[in-house]
Amino acid sequence: MRLPPHIGEGITQTLIMRTKRLLPALALALMPANVIAAPAAPPPPPGVAACTGCHPKSGGDAAIPQLAGHSADDIIAAMKAFRSGTRPATVMDRIAKGFSDDEIRVIAAWYAAQK
Amino acid sequence: MIPPMIEAQKNRREILGGAAGAAAATLWPRAIRAQAAPRIVIVGGGFAGASCARALREADARLAITLVEAQHTYTAPPLSNGVLGGTRTLAQQQFGYDKIAAAGITVAIATATTVDAQAHSVTLSTGDKLRYDRLVVAPGIALRFDAIPGYSAAAAAQLPHAWTSDGTQIDLLRRQLEAMDDGGLVAIVAPVNPSRCPPGPYERASMIAHYLKTKKPRSKVVILDSKDTFTMQELFLKAWKELYPGLLEWKSLSSGGNVASIDIAKKTIETDFDNYTFAVANVIPPQIAGPIAKLAGVADRTGWCPIDPVTFESLQQKNIHVIGDAALAGAMPKSAFAGSVEGKLCAAAIAALLVDKKPAVPKLVSNCYSVVAPDYAISIAGVYHPVNGEYVDVEGSGGVSPLDAPAALRAQEAKFADAWFRTNTAEIFG
Repeated sequence: MRLPPHIGEGITQTLIMRTKRLLPALALALMPANVIAAPAAPPPPPGVAACTGCHPKSGGDAAIPQLAGHSADDIIAAMKAFRSGTRPATVMDRIAKGFSDDEIRVIAAWYAAQK
Repeated sequence: MIPPMIEAQKNRREILGGAAGAAAATLWPRAIRAQAAPRIVIVGGGFAGASCARALREADARLAITLVEAQHTYTAPPLSNGVLGGTRTLAQQQFGYDKIAAAGITVAIATATTVDAQAHSVTLSTGDKLRYDRLVVAPGIALRFDAIPGYSAAAAAQLPHAWTSDGTQIDLLRRQLEAMDDGGLVAIVAPVNPSRCPPGPYERASMIAHYLKTKKPRSKVVILDSKDTFTMQELFLKAWKELYPGLLEWKSLSSGGNVASIDIAKKTIETDFDNYTFAVANVIPPQIAGPIAKLAGVADRTGWCPIDPVTFESLQQKNIHVIGDAALAGAMPKSAFAGSVEGKLCAAAIAALLVDKKPAVPKLVSNCYSVVAPDYAISIAGVYHPVNGEYVDVEGSGGVSPLDAPAALRAQEAKFADAWFRTNTAEIFG
């Protein structure tokens, strides 16, 4: 039995697991490695990291909607309207002004591809 | 087969193993481990560090990620002034690390005591030593208890700072406000820049004023400031005039707000011009990066950490990244919002670097709400990008809430503040 590779020397006698936590962990551990080490999804483009703090992955409401699943055209149109001030906003007007057409397009395409 | 961790169950040192983390990696064939498990250690489980851990987990399932955090329970500072105003409970601010562990991140409840940047290792207060390929330092701030004569770490048990993720401090301040007689003075000592959450002391003054207005209307709040200007100043001053006339006073540096000394026994604060006798005092001292930053050799003479803005890698130590309040991030404020975004972008940069890809040039947003009364919030937003090695505002973007706005807009911003908190904390701790 070997320790996880990221746990360094000197830790052997000090590792703790809560037993109830260990059982599901072991069950998962015994699955084929490729189940756990699934290939990573394409990383979100720069800018998306700023959206996800407020716009939830799922759910949301009219004021702060979920973005995933909206068409790219809808997202682009909304961002441009916020940027130009034609769509009233509390904060998105100030944020949208920091993004170029190209950046908006890439972010919108990424969100449109999410389920 | 019984893994070695079972042997040590009685030991009080804790490492909560995530499913795809410790236990899984233990049982992987050696060949898979050898080719495919870069080790990432993250020190600090706040908005920045915990966001980084979650984003790394999503970015690359091979990574062995360990999050080192001193406390079992994280008390989130954003919106915590609502606990003082009576609009939020302490429980609403508190989060544990179970879901993070369950997501496949090894959580070590311990303090990092030394970093050996040459050997790529971190030693914990438990004596354990963690090896890393990349280290992320996200310790937040350390309070400079030596900065104000009469104030100290021990004094915080009587005059709370309530400025860290230690929930007992905000709870103590709340209880002191509840215990004080009507007619008393609440003094808030505001720090110099740079500091965590620049609008925080002024939001706090507002929420305390809200509590006093409701429960103890003969009382007063005074902010004793070492500065002559502060963020969203016009918006705060306007709101105070409307909501808390005669109840809340701001003493700037040039009007004698700078604190010279504090006498805890006499309950007095001496400033450059005056002497204040307080019933409750909230002392927010000046700040530097958390202690591990210095130990790791990533803090400079200012006490903060210079970084490459694209990768968040320290300019002083290779393979060590610094995110959140500890980092010198140019125009970006030290906010939880920014810290969380930095965590995600640092994760993306590390994931790219590990496969020899060039990290994308990041674009960051920070958007900070200050709740000055129930249904009344204001905000400051900024969009930032690196120019010549430093984060600067994207020209024409960002700014503060309009000075003249209908009540509905202030109420909408208060709703947004809540919504951001819910979404961001669910993303990190949920």
